[in-house]
Amino acid sequence: MSNPISHAFKKAKSENRPALLTYTVAGDSSKKQSLEILKSISKKVDILEVGVPHNTPVADGSQIQTSSYRAIKNGIKVNDIFKIVNDFKKFDKNKPVILMGYYNMIFQYGENNFLIKCKRSGVNGLIVVDLPWPENKKFANKCKKKSIFFIQLLSPTTTKNRLKKIIKDSHEMIYFISMLSTTGGKLKVSSKEILFNYNKIKKINSKKKVVIGFGITEKTIKSLKKADGLVVGSAICKEITNSIKNRQNPVTNVYNVVNRLKNKIK
Amino acid sequence: MRLKKGIPVIDQGDKLGFWGGKFGGNFVPETLKKPIEDLEILFNKLKKDKDFISERDKYFKNWVGSPTRFIKLENLTKHVGGAQIWSKVVSDANGGAHKIYNATVHCLLAKRSGKKVICGDTGAGYAGKMLSMAAKKFGLKCKIFMGAKDIKRQQPNVRAMKKNGAEVVPVYSGSQTLVDAVSECMRYWVANCDKVAMCVGSTVGPAIFVRICGWSTSQISRELKTQLVEEFGSIPKKLKLYNCVGGGSSSFGFWNEFIDYDKKQCEFIGVEAGGPRNSKKHAAPLTFGSKIGILHGAAQYVNQNTDGQIEETESISAGLDYPGISPLHCFLKDTKRARYTAASDEEALNAYKVVTKFEKLRPSLEPSHAFSVAISESRKLSKDTIVVVNSCGDAYKDREIIKRRLGEKYV
Repeated sequence: MSNPISHAFKKAKSENRPALLTYTVAGDSSKKQSLEILKSISKKVDILEVGVPHNTPVADGSQIQTSSYRAIKNGIKVNDIFKIVNDFKKFDKNKPVILMGYYNMIFQYGENNFLIKCKRSGVNGLIVVDLPWPENKKFANKCKKKSIFFIQLLSPTTTKNRLKKIIKDSHEMIYFISMLSTTGGKLKVSSKEILFNYNKIKKINSKKKVVIGFGITEKTIKSLKKADGLVVGSAICKEITNSIKNRQNPVTNVYNVVNRLKNKIK
Repeated sequence: MRLKKGIPVIDQGDKLGFWGGKFGGNFVPETLKKPIEDLEILFNKLKKDKDFISERDKYFKNWVGSPTRFIKLENLTKHVGGAQIWSKVVSDANGGAHKIYNATVHCLLAKRSGKKVICGDTGAGYAGKMLSMAAKKFGLKCKIFMGAKDIKRQQPNVRAMKKNGAEVVPVYSGSQTLVDAVSECMRYWVANCDKVAMCVGSTVGPAIFVRICGWSTSQISRELKTQLVEEFGSIPKKLKLYNCVGGGSSSFGFWNEFIDYDKKQCEFIGVEAGGPRNSKKHAAPLTFGSKIGILHGAAQYVNQNTDGQIEETESISAGLDYPGISPLHCFLKDTKRARYTAASDEEALNAYKVVTKFEKLRPSLEPSHAFSVAISESRKLSKDTIVVVNSCGDAYKDREIIKRRLGEKYV
């Protein structure tokens, strides 16, 4: 059986639009609510990225940090995250779910145990922010054996030689970091430049599905429509924070944001 | 796991930057791979370059002020009544602590790479103060990340940084101490690595930063080796080197030149921060057997919960208040070359009292941890044993804490 991630890209392509990927932190603001959010946006989103919160995140900006600290404070544990994914999959079994986090969480759980749990709960892909290539080769192979996509990250600083090697070792999906920034930074380069870098990757291997993330908001998403997929994370985390501050329902507000994002790339 | 002889410890890592196959490495976001590789190439080239070495030595000698004193603590030795207690007064160095070596080298590297801005983290404020001094000296702009809690408790160093023209950025996330300052600094570098050089304040972080820092602070043991030979005619038969260990930069530098000696002749004792008496939030991962984990880009023994969240630490000394420890020290521990133990806040304060009572030396709270263990162990040691304590920082920055805990007369 092919990975549901592949199917999601096919479907988006057939509708002549990029796939929409969202990132929300598991357990933000509570275990129950983060599951509700996933359920509510599921229909509008092609691939759900679920953040595994970590308390020393070296690549996340303030929005995702705030969400992560909130989730940790509310007691989220790795096992709860698997349960959230499992419960979500009971609700929508074909919607692809990717876990995104930092390597120490996997290392402490044990790589093999972590992957067994991923498989059982229905996780389809993994993004490990601080496990770059070639350090990730062994783990990426383990993922492959379990038919879980290990998603390689590429950045504007990745040299051409390195691009080629990473792409060669990558699974079907690749994550391109739009600019030099932590997550949630303001888009400081033009969409033209981002797409230029994106095309460099596509030229090396056009079959890979390349998604663009970092700095994507309601304002910027339309300009990057040509990509295979677009990831929105911090803008959603910010919406949760604001909703809590304004005593509004984060579930409804996040749904509205996602709905507007989707309409912009239709 | 084994130490190799004749090869500097900083160069004993494997291709991926792991010491002993499991400590260190480069657990970094993809964006940092290129700048780290660039820095590796530059450093590997320059550390063999005679001109660069003589440039470094020139600044160490004329600007940092080398060698720092090596003195016998006669009164303390008499009071304790055991081994001879000596001190390497590294706090003589320009700025008042060992952090100046690493800061100077990073600024020299930044100059060579054409960067105009340098950023760094700081806990006690020394790493930040020295980086701001060196940046000013070499005409670089400087940005220092510091936990909001540390800013409050180490004001003299904050003032010094600002006076040197550095921007001090308070970090409010997490425990608001060194661990969060390092995270924030790395995040800043992720977003600005094309224009900005980063200095990690200790022998922690991705492997290249561990190596550069260890290479820089090794100046301490180079000097000490010469001084020991001048004083005793040769390296003493029974030598014990005591040093506090937070990230581990001063201790590594204090020991590096003696690593190839048999540990029966030359023993290393690292003293971690045990925190307040009876507190569970120690900053002593080696002493209390913390599990290996990943923090700030490197695998190391680190205080963490079963899930892998990094735990908060608590110590009276901001410079030791760090949940992890240099991969170099993990390596020295597991190869049994060095021995590690901890002193509590109270023990460190007491040692400060004793040292300042008997000697004209005012060690900051960090080396006071080392003095505490050195004093108590010296009692049981023979008179021909040479105990050397690295007094790697001056207590000026701690005056508020000392006033509060011990009273005005100790300031």
